[in-house]
Amino acid sequence: MRMTRRQFLSLAGGVTVAGTIPVVTLRPLKATPAMLNTAIRNLVGEVPIRTGKVKLDIPPLVENGNTVPMTVSVASAMTADDYVKSIHVFNEKNPQPNIGNFYLNPSSGRAQVSTRIRLADTQKVVAIARLSDDSFWQVAADIVVTLAACTEEVN
Amino acid sequence: MAALINVPSKAKRGDIIEIRTLTSHIMETGFRRTMDGALVPRDIITSFTCRYNGTEIFRADLFPAIAANPYLSFFTIAKESGKLEFEWIGDNGYSSRASASITVE
Amino acid sequence: MIFWRAIAVAALAATTSALLAGEIPPDARRSGYSFMSPDTRAMQDDDTSNPGMLFVLDGEALWGRKVGSADKACADCHGDARSSMKGVAARYPAFDRTLGRPVTLDQRINLCRANHQQASSLPYEGHDILALSAFVAHQSRGVAITTGDDPQLIAFVEQGRSLFMQREGQLNLACTNCHDDNFDKHLAGSPITQGQPTGYPLYRLEWQTLGSLERRLRSCMTGVRAQAYEYGAPELVALELYLMSRARGMPMETPAVRP
Repeated sequence: MRMTRRQFLSLAGGVTVAGTIPVVTLRPLKATPAMLNTAIRNLVGEVPIRTGKVKLDIPPLVENGNTVPMTVSVASAMTADDYVKSIHVFNEKNPQPNIGNFYLNPSSGRAQVSTRIRLADTQKVVAIARLSDDSFWQVAADIVVTLAACTEEVN
Repeated sequence: MAALINVPSKAKRGDIIEIRTLTSHIMETGFRRTMDGALVPRDIITSFTCRYNGTEIFRADLFPAIAANPYLSFFTIAKESGKLEFEWIGDNGYSSRASASITVE
Repeated sequence: MIFWRAIAVAALAATTSALLAGEIPPDARRSGYSFMSPDTRAMQDDDTSNPGMLFVLDGEALWGRKVGSADKACADCHGDARSSMKGVAARYPAFDRTLGRPVTLDQRINLCRANHQQASSLPYEGHDILALSAFVAHQSRGVAITTGDDPQLIAFVEQGRSLFMQREGQLNLACTNCHDDNFDKHLAGSPITQGQPTGYPLYRLEWQTLGSLERRLRSCMTGVRAQAYEYGAPELVALELYLMSRARGMPMETPAVRP
């Protein structure tokens, strides 16, 4: 069977969620630079961030870093007392660590957001969800950005 | 400026519907320089809001890492017939609106 | 990274120099679409997620707007573009009798503006010319390309063909070395396509905007470290003409999306 990259990514994500006990980490992700950590701490404060629930769907090898399709979804019942309040996406190596904040509510029905992002280089992207009980859940993905073979002169 | 909105024209009450929006905007990051070294000032959309019959159902803060001509897809529960209104707000007083109607049975 | 890319290009040049330039048989021709990832294809397939459609919408508005001292809109002469413009872009560049040479769709729009609307020329690669030509070419989406059928164009197609086969630039590469002889291989991380111009003007993820075939040709020329021809130069028109005639029979995709 020929597996597409997207299938592989979602499969890998699925294994992480189902096969491991959520690891409670006090510091977000070891390898991420200080700016990313600061941006994440500005959002969550000192609350622990758990791994799981969140799925980040980005092609692991993107065709062009200037326009990268991305979907974030969160496993949630989306009921009045158990829903996703917001989704926050960060990156490691763009000039700024923030990509976007998305605010949901129980009437969203499904906790899923898609957009197109810019990635300046091969790097890690982190998505964090804030649930209605104010717990934070995260997922990270490593994205390889290839550069265009023939670049134009800047006008 | 042109905007493309994709909302189902009809839905059953309680259905979860996908809303897709695409709007024209350069999303200039503020980090690029011209050939003579001058910084190109930032010019981005910073905020997007969707209201369903007046009630906010989705909001987003956008940063320079969002690609030009921002695309957003999100979901909502079809509750009643009416109007979905979209608003993009950005640097230099930028503001743009669009709307779509939906019939809920 | 730039240095590394230069090595990749040099290595390609070294391995292909022994190969003969061979044209692609008609049934082996493939649109750039077939070289793209599923994500990028999806972006092109759905009109509400294809950013090129934003330009088509703007072009539709411009089509109906009165301009120039003649105070005429495109629609005043051509009516509903859905019928009047269907198949038109699929035969461009086309021979202009008055000028005695082929003109591109962009040049035709500006000739219309000068002769019939008494309006100023729209600058190459500006938003309005791209929007208008995207709107016009979009009316031919799915229509088979017929460019080059006109016998008056034979000499110009031949000029374009020899430019396509001619090595140029510091890397000493001809278009044919990549796009006839080595398509389906990679140049750094990017797949090399056959260079079939089926979807112009198209939305390039790299550009984050719509662009013309001339812009694409110019960036290829910069890529092989050659001096690019100016927009509208007879050489670029001849190349565009050859490429379109080389894609004869393939369906138009405007506005296509490419990486």
